[in-house]
Amino acid sequence: MRKIGKYILMLKDVFTIPNKWKVFFERLIDELNGIGINSLPIVALMSSFIGGVIALQTASNMSSPLLPAYTVGYITQSSTILEFSPTIISLILAGKIGSNIASEIGTMRVTEQIDALEIMGVNSLNFLVLPKITAAVIFFPILVIFSMALSMLGGWISLVLSNLCTTEEYLLGLRAFFDPFHIKYALTKTVVFGFLIVSVSSFYGYYVKGGSLDVGRASTQAVVSSSVTILIANFLLTQMILL
Amino acid sequence: MIEVINVNKSFGENQVLKDVSSSFEKGKVNLIIGQSGQGKSVLAKCMVGLHEVDSGKILYDGRDFTQLDRYERSLIRQEIGMLFQGAALFDSMTVEGNVMFPLIMFTKMTKGEMQKRVDFCLERVNLSGRNKLFPSECSGGMQKRIGIARAISMNPQYLFCDEPNSGLDPQTSILIDGLIKDLTAEYQMTTVVITHDMNSVIEIGDNIIFIYKGQNWWQGNRETIITTDNPEIGNFVYASEFMKEIRMSMQEKRG
Repeated sequence: MRKIGKYILMLKDVFTIPNKWKVFFERLIDELNGIGINSLPIVALMSSFIGGVIALQTASNMSSPLLPAYTVGYITQSSTILEFSPTIISLILAGKIGSNIASEIGTMRVTEQIDALEIMGVNSLNFLVLPKITAAVIFFPILVIFSMALSMLGGWISLVLSNLCTTEEYLLGLRAFFDPFHIKYALTKTVVFGFLIVSVSSFYGYYVKGGSLDVGRASTQAVVSSSVTILIANFLLTQMILL
Repeated sequence: MIEVINVNKSFGENQVLKDVSSSFEKGKVNLIIGQSGQGKSVLAKCMVGLHEVDSGKILYDGRDFTQLDRYERSLIRQEIGMLFQGAALFDSMTVEGNVMFPLIMFTKMTKGEMQKRVDFCLERVNLSGRNKLFPSECSGGMQKRIGIARAISMNPQYLFCDEPNSGLDPQTSILIDGLIKDLTAEYQMTTVVITHDMNSVIEIGDNIIFIYKGQNWWQGNRETIITTDNPEIGNFVYASEFMKEIRMSMQEKRG
C-alpha cells in the first residue's frame, strides 16, 4: 500500500508543466526512437512467428468436417486482435523497455545524476519520465497495429506453405464476423499498458538505493511488477469494455 | 551567506544531526570536515534540500529554504552550483552539453551566447577544445573540472563541493583546490566544501567546521586548526604518525 501511495505521489510530480517545451519535445523525439522505433524488430519477429503458430495450431485442431475452412482465419484474426497483439506484445515490451528504463534511471540515481538535476532546480521526474510516458502512449498503439498486421501475415504464410488452407479461405476468415470495436478495445488496452510499463519501471528505477547490484534488482522488479500490473489491468479492462 | 540554525535530522531511530548551527560566509571557502559517518554529507544534503530537516532553519541570505515550496526552492537552486563526489555528469551528453544544460533549462540566451558562456567556463577550468568529448572519455580530474564548469555556468552565488579531491592524485587535487579558491574569490560566492583531505584544509580552509557525532564540534580556520588543543580535532588532523611528527616539531619550534 505504501508503494502504491509513493507511486501516486511520483505521478503527481511527473504530470507537471515542463520547464521548457523545446527540451521536452527534443526528449520526446529521442524516446519515440528509443521506446518505439527500436522495438519494431522484436515486435515484427515475435508477431510473425506467433501468428504463424496460432494459425497452424488452430488448423491442426480442426478435425470436424462441420467447421468451415475459413474458421482458421477467423480464429487467427480474433486471437491476434483481442489478446495476442495488445497483451502478449505488451508483456514482451515490458521485458525489453521496462528493464531498460529501470536500469537507465536507476543508474542515474546511484551516480547522483538525478541529484544534480534536482539541485539545478529541474523537476527530475518530469524531465526524465514524462517524455517516456508520452512516447509510450503515442507509439504503443502503432506497434500493436503493426503487430496485428504481421501476425495475420505470418498466419497466412504458414497456412499456405503447409497447404492447410487457401488464400481465399484465410482472407474470408479474417473478414468474417469482424467487429471494428475490437480494434478500439485493443488500442485502449495498449495505451493503458504502455503507461503502466513506463511508469512502473520508472518508479523502480527512480527510487533505487545502493549500487549496481540494486540497479539490477530494481530492473528485475520493474519487469515483474509491470507484467503483473498488465495482467491485472487486462482483466479489469476486459470486464469493463467487452462485457 | 548561508546560515544553518539548530538543524536536526534523523533517519529512523538514528539521529544524525543534533542541533547543528553555523554560518558560511560569502567570498570564503567554508569547509565541513569530519570523520566518515559523522554527518557532514547529511548536513550538506540538508542544506541543498536533498534531505528534509526534521527541525531548524537554513537561510540563504535571509531566505529560509526549509519553508519554501518546490517552485520557490527551484529559484534558489538556480543560484546554487554543485560539484558532486563522482562529478555526476550526464553521460548521454558531451562535455559541452553538460555545461550548457543549465543554460538551456533556465536562461533565454541565444545559441551563440550559450556557446560563448560554455567556452568561457571550459577555458576557466583549463578544458578549452574538449567540448565534443563524452564524460566516459575523460579522466577523473577532467570530470571534476567539467563538474566545476557546469556548476559555475549559471554564475552561482553558492557553490557546494562534495569531496572534490576524492580519487584524485595529489597534483590534480591541488589544481582542483586552487580552482575552487580562485573561483570563490573571483565570483564572491559562498563556497561550502565537504572534505577529508587535510591538504585542502590547510590550503583553502578560510572557515572550517568540524562535525563530530552529528554536532558542530569545533569551528575555526586553517591557522587555528593547527594550534587547537581540542582532542577530537587532534585525532582527526594528526591521525598519521607523519602528521604527529609535524605537530611535535611545530610545538618544539614554538618552544
